[in-house]
Amino acid sequence: MTTFLFFLPLILTNAVLGIYAERKISAFIQDRMGPMETGKFGILQTTADIVKLIQKEDIVPAAADWKLFKLAPVIIFTAVFSGFAVIPLSGAWDGAGLEIGVFYLLAIISLDVLGILMAGWGSNSKFSLFGALRSVAQIISYEVPLGLSVLCVVMITQSLDLQEISLSQGLQSPNAVYLFGVVKSMDVSQWGGVFAWNIVQAPLLIPVFVIFFIASLAECNRAPFDLPEAESELIAGYHTEYSGFRWAFFMLAEYGMMMLVSMLAAILFFGAWNTPLPNMGVVKLADWTTGAPGSFMSYIWGVFWLLSKALIGMFMHMWIRWTYPRLRIDQLMNLSWKYLTPASILLLLLCGIWRLWMIA
Amino acid sequence: MPELSGFGTILLFIIGGFVFVLLSVGFAMLVRPNRPNIEKLTTYECGENPSTSAWGKFNVRFYIVALIFLLFEVELVFLFPWATVFGQKELVDATGGLWGWFALGEMTVFVLILALGLVFAWAKGYLEWERPVVEATRMDSKVPDKLYEAVSKKVKSIRAEVPVVKEEVV
Repeated sequence: MTTFLFFLPLILTNAVLGIYAERKISAFIQDRMGPMETGKFGILQTTADIVKLIQKEDIVPAAADWKLFKLAPVIIFTAVFSGFAVIPLSGAWDGAGLEIGVFYLLAIISLDVLGILMAGWGSNSKFSLFGALRSVAQIISYEVPLGLSVLCVVMITQSLDLQEISLSQGLQSPNAVYLFGVVKSMDVSQWGGVFAWNIVQAPLLIPVFVIFFIASLAECNRAPFDLPEAESELIAGYHTEYSGFRWAFFMLAEYGMMMLVSMLAAILFFGAWNTPLPNMGVVKLADWTTGAPGSFMSYIWGVFWLLSKALIGMFMHMWIRWTYPRLRIDQLMNLSWKYLTPASILLLLLCGIWRLWMIA
Repeated sequence: MPELSGFGTILLFIIGGFVFVLLSVGFAMLVRPNRPNIEKLTTYECGENPSTSAWGKFNVRFYIVALIFLLFEVELVFLFPWATVFGQKELVDATGGLWGWFALGEMTVFVLILALGLVFAWAKGYLEWERPVVEATRMDSKVPDKLYEAVSKKVKSIRAEVPVVKEEVV
C-alpha cells in the first residue's frame, strides 16, 4: 500500500530525468552536445520545459469529440500508473502483493490501447487517427509474443505472484537452485547473486528474454517501432492535437511505461530486487549487499538493485532508439506474426518440458 | 493506518492516478491563458483548411489483425491458470510424474489447434500487408525511336571530336 507514496514521485522524477538523459544520450550517440544552456550542462532543461507546459494554452479543436479528447490522457496515464501497484520493491515491501500479479499487470497495460484509440478518434484529425490505428494494431500484435514470453517464465517459476517470482531468485529462495539448472550435482542456493537469477537458473529463458525485450519495445511505441508517432510522416501520431499539460501526460505515460516494462524485465529475468553479487567462500558479497530480511538496509538495497536494473533497461531502450532506423508497417507485422509468435509458441512447449524435466 | 487488501491497493493506485491527473490539469488551468480563436481551434493539417472529417473509412486490415489478436489473447487467458498448476511438484509426485506430462500433452494439442489457425491466416495471406505496386509510367511519343537514335549518334560523334581538356589540379 505504501508503495503508492514511492511510485508517484518516481514516475515524475523518472520522466524529468529520463527526458534529460534521452537528450544527452542521443546527443552523445550523434556526436552533439545536447542541451547546454539551461543550468550547468543543461540539467534544468526539462524543468524549464515543464514550466513552459504549465503555462501553455490548452487547445481542444472545435471539430474534436471533446469528451473522448479530454478523457484519453487520463486513461493512458492511469493505466500505466496502476500497473506499478503490483511491483515488489524489496523482500518486505511488495505493493499489492496479488497472487495474480503478472496477469493483472498485462491486463492493465492493455487498457493503454483504449486511451490511444480515444485520443486518435476523439481528435478528429487524420494524422491522429492514422497514428492511433497504427499504434493499436502494433500494440495488440506484440501483446501476443509479450504474453507468451511472460507465460514461459510463469511456467518455469510456477507462480503469477511477482513477489514469489522475486523471492525464488535470491538467497531466500524456497527451492534448491542448481548451477545453470542442469548441473544437479552443484547446489548453488547459498551462492545467491547472479547464479539465482531466472536467466541463469534456466538458460532456456535467454531466447525468451530476447522476444520479451523486442515486444516490450513495441509496447512502448519506441523506435524502431515508433510508427505511431513517426514524426516525418504523421507529425506526432495520436497526440498531434494535444497541447499543454494534457500533452505532458502522454510523455509521462510513455516514460512511465518504459520504466514499468524495464522493471518487469528485471523482475522476471534478472533477479528482481536481489543483488547480482554472489557469496564466494568467506567473501559474503550477497549477504553484505542484501541486508538482513526485514531490516532497514534490506529496503534500501532492494530499491537500489531494482531501480538500477530498470534504469539499465531504459538505457538499452534509448540506445536502440538512436541506433536503428524505423521499420515499415509490413515488416512490423511480419516480425510479430511470422517470427516472434511462432518462436514463442515453440519456446512455450520447450519451457514446459524443461520444467517437468527439472522436477523429475 | 489500516492495511489495505491487494485489490484495495490497486484501487488506490487507479483512483490516485486519476486524481493526480485531474489535480495537475486543474492547477495548469489556473496558470495558463485561455484565448481561443477560430484559427487555433481548427484541426491541424499542415496549414491547409481540413476539407473533410477524419471519421471516415480506414483499412480493413486493422480489423483482421484485431480478430487474430483476439484469438490468441483468449488462448493466453486460458494458458495462464494452467501454467501455474501443470508443474506443481506435489501434484506431479502424487501421480508418479503422470500429471505433468498429461497436462502438457493436453495443452500442446490446444496450442497446436490455435497455431493451425495462425497457419491458416498466414496461408490465406491475411498477414500480408498491402504494398503499393510501383509501375513505370509509359510515355508514348509520336516521334519514332529511330529519329532519337539518329540524333544521339550525331551528338556522340560531335562529342568525340571535341578534345577533352583536363584541368590541372593546382
